[in-house]
Amino acid sequence: MNHDEIRKEVSDWLDANWSADRALIEWRNILLEGGWAAPNWPEDCFGRGYDAEQAAVVSDVFAEKGAVGAAQVGPRRLAAETILVHGSDDQKKRYLPPILTGEHAWCQLFSEPGSGSDLAGASTKAELLDGQWIINGQKVWNTSAHHADFGILVARTDWDLPKHQGLSYFLINMRQPGVEARPLKQMNGHASFNEVFMTDAIVPAEDLMGGEGNGWAIATTTLSIERQGFARGRTPTVSRTAEEGPIYQEFAAELEIANEPYTWYPQREGRVDLVLPRAKETGAIKDPAVRQEIARLICLSSGARLAAASAAAQRKSGSNEVIPAGSIGKLGASIIARQAAHVHTMISGSDAMLSGQESAAKGMIAETLISVPAISIAGGTDEIQRNIISERVLGMPKEQRSDTGPFRDIKRNVT
Amino acid sequence: MQTMYTEEQEQFREVVARFLRVKSTAGDVRQLMASSEGYDVAVWRQLCGEVGLAGTHIPEEYGGAGFGPVELGIVSEEMGRYLYCGPFFASSVMAGYALLNGATESYKSAILPDIASGAKIATLVLDNLNNPGEVGAALKATKEHVVSGIASIVVDAHIADLLIVAASTPDGLGLYLVNAGSEGLSITPQEALDPTRKLSRVSLSEVRAERIGWLTESLLNQTWDQICSVLAHEMIGGAQHLFESTLEYTKVRVQFGRPIGSFQALKHRCADLLMELEFAKAAIHHAAFCLAASEGEPYVASMAKAMASDTYMEAARAGVQLRGGIGFTWEEDTHLWYKRAKSSEVFMGSAHMHRERMMTMIERASGHDTGEQP
Repeated sequence: MNHDEIRKEVSDWLDANWSADRALIEWRNILLEGGWAAPNWPEDCFGRGYDAEQAAVVSDVFAEKGAVGAAQVGPRRLAAETILVHGSDDQKKRYLPPILTGEHAWCQLFSEPGSGSDLAGASTKAELLDGQWIINGQKVWNTSAHHADFGILVARTDWDLPKHQGLSYFLINMRQPGVEARPLKQMNGHASFNEVFMTDAIVPAEDLMGGEGNGWAIATTTLSIERQGFARGRTPTVSRTAEEGPIYQEFAAELEIANEPYTWYPQREGRVDLVLPRAKETGAIKDPAVRQEIARLICLSSGARLAAASAAAQRKSGSNEVIPAGSIGKLGASIIARQAAHVHTMISGSDAMLSGQESAAKGMIAETLISVPAISIAGGTDEIQRNIISERVLGMPKEQRSDTGPFRDIKRNVT
Repeated sequence: MQTMYTEEQEQFREVVARFLRVKSTAGDVRQLMASSEGYDVAVWRQLCGEVGLAGTHIPEEYGGAGFGPVELGIVSEEMGRYLYCGPFFASSVMAGYALLNGATESYKSAILPDIASGAKIATLVLDNLNNPGEVGAALKATKEHVVSGIASIVVDAHIADLLIVAASTPDGLGLYLVNAGSEGLSITPQEALDPTRKLSRVSLSEVRAERIGWLTESLLNQTWDQICSVLAHEMIGGAQHLFESTLEYTKVRVQFGRPIGSFQALKHRCADLLMELEFAKAAIHHAAFCLAASEGEPYVASMAKAMASDTYMEAARAGVQLRGGIGFTWEEDTHLWYKRAKSSEVFMGSAHMHRERMMTMIERASGHDTGEQP
């Protein structure tokens, strides 16, 4: 189908079905039945098999008509797209529709206190007892877990195999007595994540996904979807107000919960955009030392932007040259954020001792100064990025490993 | 405005690289840096004749190839990579750009074809290589075009046929032509920290010159920008060579029973350096694309030179450090590039000067915006 035909079909369908007076879930069920909830998904799986451009046409028409689409924000997207790839027909049928309608929120249960960068070192235990999996262990950095109905979980099912081979992937119900999510307060005061404690939590046998021992491969799919999400940027916002229809109010509430963990994310990137205005406003722009540091920051951020653009242009032109854009961009973002925080500190001087609404830029400078340490950790620490760059891009020899052999015998953190 | 090289430009790069790979080996560089002339006449003739590089950016009407800053950048990047020793930078780039910007039509027609063909070697005589704002303090010209003063550092003046001299007058900065051998002109070779780029002290004592045009403030800055863009390309070429050779060394050098490149301390330094190189390279290529299209931020050339200064030195420091003791020896080649990096770091303005220049341009671009909140 060409884009005009798609445009006409979705447009006609919305004219016949869309109403801002419906309840959110009711509308999304209609959407699902009409096949417009996830047009880029396969035809036998609630979608239409559209490519990215065709799906974008559909989104455009939805936006034009102010129609609310399927729920897609937050970790539920990671769950949905992983289930789409690795789930059984039964799992797809049971779990995907309520994700699209927004009835079920999901969270990701991968990192552990004892395995951060070394994700495959997970030691949460899953044992098969009387036809169901019993889960014991602790997870951490679980965005929105306190709102989640289900979680995608990586747990160890075999302790005698090497670490990557003993992991399995589960779909776990979060609303059960054995699961407890506690908000984890960060150094900047926000609590965007949770710790999740599982004590004899239960997963029915049919909710092991992709077969026992295949957890690492499936987790890799999820992580790659997550990285694409980093590149794609943040979640949508509501453009219409509640006065235009009750559905917008429900939609706004859903987005607010989903977006809440990310309100400080611009600050962790260093607020480069505030540097020149602040320097002018305070007069610090006259200080030769500050000028040097601002110019350094502009060099860094321009270099990063131009290098990314050049890599994208070369990819588009089909160049075979290895372009190490991802990890380099990630590392660059850390260094830019640090330099920006350094410049903000110089600009503010002793005012950098203050925080809160009354402080510089309504508290945004203070929040920046105590949020930038996150960027060089989240999504793979700078040190891990440097390992990736040096080993995979530069082809430097790998470090000798001391985590081969049965997982049981590998040195681990004492928990 | 282009954002990446075209296929033709990539092929052009390969032609230049193929020539230099053979004609400018480390052995050649060592031989030339020990000589007083500092260049191989036969290779220079080939480079001007067969390969036709001396007039890369000079318009066809003046006998050049009619390309622009992008192609000139490509040539320079490869020359920097192979540490080419010859008058290309002084004659084609420095003198060439000064003439293109400041000389009158008749002088352009008279001089540029000889520069483009390599028939004559020219150089640009500036009394200050730190900052365009300070040019003209030491070299002065009278109304009768009598030029006096000293330029303590002039590239390749010892082999130049033509000296293009910027000297101040009450009416502004004039551009003067002084022929080698003129009365009152004295050229004294200086001992250079980087022996691959020959430097001389040029002293003019009431030299009768021809005034061939003017370099207004904006033309001087434009010339400075163009030269800096080319220089930055040369520097990033050298930095890439250092990085690649150093990386290779870490993969083969064995200590403690393993290649030293398997140690994280070295891997992380290499990863950081790659990032710095990629960012600088992108900014430097961007500068050429902007200059070619007369578009983009006003400070792109200064940004390119500032990043080139820092990055080339970082690559040079790593080049010596990661090799350990052998990296500090005369026998190993790293110091050849290290010295070029150190010398280029401050040539045509240090990173500090260029960062300050960027800030001035940014403030000027924002006009009357004083940052006061509405």
